[in-house]
Amino acid sequence: MTLNNMIWNKDFECMSEEEIKKLQLERLKQTVKRAYEKVPYYKKKFDEIGLKPEDIQTLDDIKNIPFTSKADLREVYPFGMFASPLSEIVEIHMSSGTTGKPVVAGYTRNDIEVWSEVMARCLTMAGATKDDIVQNCYGYGLFTGGFGVHYGAQKIGAMVVPASAGNTRRQIEIMRDFGTTILTCTPSYALYMAEVAYEMGVEPTTLKLKAGCFGAEMWTEQMRREIEKRFNLIALNIYGLTEIIGPGVAHECIEKKGLHVFEDHFFVEIIDPDTGDPLPEGNRGELVFTTLTREGMPMLRFRTKDITSLKRDKCSCGRTFARIERIRGRTDDMIKVRGVMIFPYQIERTILEVQGVEPHYQIIITRPQHLDELEVMVEMSKETFSDEVKHIENLRKKLEKRIEETIGIRVKVTLVEPKSLPRSEGKAKRVIDKRSLVD
Amino acid sequence: MKIKQISIFLENKRGRLYEALKALAEEGINIRALSIADTSEFGILRLIVTDPEKTKEILEKNEFTVKLTNVVAIAVKDKPGGLAEALKYLYDANINIEYIYAFVEKSGEKAVVVLRTENLDKTISILQEKGVTILNWDHVLAL
Repeated sequence: MTLNNMIWNKDFECMSEEEIKKLQLERLKQTVKRAYEKVPYYKKKFDEIGLKPEDIQTLDDIKNIPFTSKADLREVYPFGMFASPLSEIVEIHMSSGTTGKPVVAGYTRNDIEVWSEVMARCLTMAGATKDDIVQNCYGYGLFTGGFGVHYGAQKIGAMVVPASAGNTRRQIEIMRDFGTTILTCTPSYALYMAEVAYEMGVEPTTLKLKAGCFGAEMWTEQMRREIEKRFNLIALNIYGLTEIIGPGVAHECIEKKGLHVFEDHFFVEIIDPDTGDPLPEGNRGELVFTTLTREGMPMLRFRTKDITSLKRDKCSCGRTFARIERIRGRTDDMIKVRGVMIFPYQIERTILEVQGVEPHYQIIITRPQHLDELEVMVEMSKETFSDEVKHIENLRKKLEKRIEETIGIRVKVTLVEPKSLPRSEGKAKRVIDKRSLVD
Repeated sequence: MKIKQISIFLENKRGRLYEALKALAEEGINIRALSIADTSEFGILRLIVTDPEKTKEILEKNEFTVKLTNVVAIAVKDKPGGLAEALKYLYDANINIEYIYAFVEKSGEKAVVVLRTENLDKTISILQEKGVTILNWDHVLAL
């Protein structure tokens, strides 16, 4: 399957660097002023450090603005971050509150217009035109996924099927009977739908799908290849978050070399999650966003906790907006060993590749002398157990080698008996940090 | 002519061997031959038992990692050079031995040895040709 390179809004998406910066500075100043004047939370934060909106004179000055965290947003639940009176707010969305109070996002009519615009850009990257049928399986409701895609598809004039998530057999029937050309859902749901299609006797590659925008969860290149193969479509990565606007903050073009951030609406930074310092281009760190056009809920330097890096080199699609690489992990899950960022899932994936089964493992970090040591305990599986010592030793060495290749640090792998690693709620505790940082 | 051996993955942890054997004792499984291959971190316990399938079930129920493997059991003369003679046939035929261990009991004047080689079928045909007694399952049970 191949797609044509199409651009929804060349005037903005292909701006020169100089033009983008000029526009960003102008919009940043407006946003900071609005936030300071209309949101007591920001005024308090600025006043505490003696910062005035007028102090922001260059884009670089942004680093003087304090960060906003998810915890800050929860504190002002429900409407404390709104910069518009409730009479101007026309829509509300909410992020899930699994780890505390939910975060409420408010949109003015103009915010909805901006959201439609950026989502139209995303869908256009996936080849959507007014002749396309977009089957939108992101949930409609408080979650932003459903409505975001919906607005974007309508802006383009495509025919949107608001299928929402669930009722998978019906999804397949719709796809087949309507001739859906663009699919939007989470990548794991896409793979599940492929399985259900097989069960129903529908060969997924015979469907008319040409592309899909997949996101709202972390996924891998392997999953992309799998989805593309099963459905014979082009799978592209979409990124967004409720706090900033919802889906449509960044999206991959057909080059698949990172997700273009719509920099005329969102100012992007990568910082060191430990120190908060901005990192040079190309370095991996925490993704931070400042909204540039949001009225209902301006967001200044929001820490996403997502780990990625930023690239500014020229993309052959013609867009000039910077690209973030696929999200690599969450700062919550990150462990730093010998100064290197490591995520448990990297190790998990490697074990899965070697063993061929879902691994149970535990990562133990120690500092016996002055250097961090990493041990990975892996439960032996029925599938990989061999009666011969040399085979088990080979398995162990292979795991060590492959994990080292993946994370860049030497590890010791110990094979343990099944069910011997502690589990809580059915899931093993993945990381045990025994480093004592006291001298 | 192959017989079923049961192999169990054991961590080098206090009580693991005991726990495995206790589980078998409680279910009335009798062990005819036994060996342990050990490294600094784990061991593989290999057993010839009266009922391999049931043994596997019992151990798996007790969360052990278990595998059934084919091996060959031979009877050799219980005197100096008895085993060496049998092994020479394999050496001459270029067959490598993965591991070897002896039965707890003897069969009359003969000692019984369990063998796992890189090629069991070839092992059987060569030993048979040379007149070495290869035990079948009934022989093993009768021991």
